[in-house]
Amino acid sequence: MDNAIKTINLTKKFKDITAVEDLNVEIKQGEIFGLLGPNGAGKTTTISMLCTILKPTEGSAQVNGYDILKEPEKVRKSIGIVFQQPSVDDILTGLENLRLHAMWYGVPKETRKNRIDEVLELVGLQSRQNSLVKTYSGGMRRRLELARGLLHLPNVLFLDEPTLGLDPQTREHIWKYIEKMSREREMTIVLTTHYMEEADNLCDRVAIIDQGKIVVMDAPDSLKEKVGGDIVYLKTTAADTNKFKEIEEVSKIEKKDDCIILTVKNAGEHLQEILEISGKVERVEVRSASLEDVFINYTGKEIRAETGEGGIVQRIIKERTVR
Amino acid sequence: MSQAEAIYALWLREFKVFTREKSRIVSSIFTPMLWIFVFGGGLGSAINIGNVNYQIFIYPGILVMSVLFSSVFFGVYVIWDRKIDILKAILVAPLSRTTIFVGKVLGGCTDSMIQALIMLLVSFILGIYLTVSSFLLAITILFLLALSLVSTGLIIGSLMESPEGFNMIISFLIFPLFFFSGALFPIDNLPIWLSFITYINPVTYGVDALRMAIIGVSQFPLYVDLIVLTGFAVVMFTIGTRTFERMK
Repeated sequence: MDNAIKTINLTKKFKDITAVEDLNVEIKQGEIFGLLGPNGAGKTTTISMLCTILKPTEGSAQVNGYDILKEPEKVRKSIGIVFQQPSVDDILTGLENLRLHAMWYGVPKETRKNRIDEVLELVGLQSRQNSLVKTYSGGMRRRLELARGLLHLPNVLFLDEPTLGLDPQTREHIWKYIEKMSREREMTIVLTTHYMEEADNLCDRVAIIDQGKIVVMDAPDSLKEKVGGDIVYLKTTAADTNKFKEIEEVSKIEKKDDCIILTVKNAGEHLQEILEISGKVERVEVRSASLEDVFINYTGKEIRAETGEGGIVQRIIKERTVR
Repeated sequence: MSQAEAIYALWLREFKVFTREKSRIVSSIFTPMLWIFVFGGGLGSAINIGNVNYQIFIYPGILVMSVLFSSVFFGVYVIWDRKIDILKAILVAPLSRTTIFVGKVLGGCTDSMIQALIMLLVSFILGIYLTVSSFLLAITILFLLALSLVSTGLIIGSLMESPEGFNMIISFLIFPLFFFSGALFPIDNLPIWLSFITYINPVTYGVDALRMAIIGVSQFPLYVDLIVLTGFAVVMFTIGTRTFERMK
């Protein structure tokens, strides 16, 4: 089995809104795969369909070789899920949460205790295992969820915005756990995120998704290469933008307010030429391309422009008011 | 085998929550106590029904009331589970919907029966002498009621999306079921409209059977009561499993 996940024209419509449209993805066993996109892009809807929480309107998918429509229980048994909203039981202790979960997933009695100890150690919650979850911090809850998702040794682990609303330190901890799991267990990990750094740091491959469609899909480095070089910001109003075309390495010229944004291959080597053309500038900034630039490149907008919580609901409301 | 263990785990979760939320037990016992000792005691000082003191007469009715409230409410708490996403974690586990429903129903019945047992102890204070057989009969009747009413609550809970409808359920379901059940008055001489509604209310038969078990007075033969109660339980349980299968 090479593909852990394969979707075939996977589509989900909510009334007149298409949340996910004709999604065709193949995710290899052991891969860390990221769905990157703004809120409302269809990431959670995609994961929900793969986890058999939502039924697709059209198309289908296979997870671990099981059809999500025909064998939902087998799919559910072979996957682990960490939801965007914590779904651990507040009024139970961490240990109790894990014990119940083990029974629901049919983890054999003999191995149960060992498994629980193992995952508790992995996320560093042994010392707090007997405290009620309502006394946990946000990061601890997320770690407990992660432990729970791993308890039954799933082949595929789904993480829906695993570090949403966490402080940078906790985020890095969680990234480490995710990498460790993928490395040690050859577990396939599918995560959604709207944090560029997260996708960049963690994922073997990233699919940029916008308005329910995959815009582009590749390894983060290849994606960044596709931008065509480094980004150079020039704060100036004087320069004639057309003149930059004389430099062969400049692949894209954009004017925004009082800034000129150039995409330049090996910008560091051509800075002299650029500055000669531009004349006097107030400020220069050179940086290598990020996934943010990839996103802008392919969708023509910034990912951060769409903030606000919630996804599809917001889009429905928005589209309604437009009418 | 694994399904049995899954049901046990589902039940265990409900039971732990129940034992930890002590305020829920206290408040669910408190209101029935007011009914028995204040309302029943007050009217009972002046009124007898037949040759039974009014306080004793409504005691079985108030027992049913406590089971009615706690059972239906247990079901409706699913909406909270949904709101805080605990339900999602259960729905996405490899469990059949029937398993989930059975686990929930057993959890709810346990809560209600613990409360019913505490309420049954009040009989000693009231000077009612319960034989072992009448005690067992009372438990059976209350269990059948709990089974049907927890199922009813779960059906409503699985269909509702927000907890805002809670008050609607109290006003339009729980109170009518209670007031039209003959818990507070004898049903042999009612005006036609009132007697009609009372007779189609399944809870009436629970009150009637319990009155038979505890004080030896009843309107219908016991077997009629038991058939109606069993039928009610079977119907609600069946509808419940079906609605859970369709629940999103």
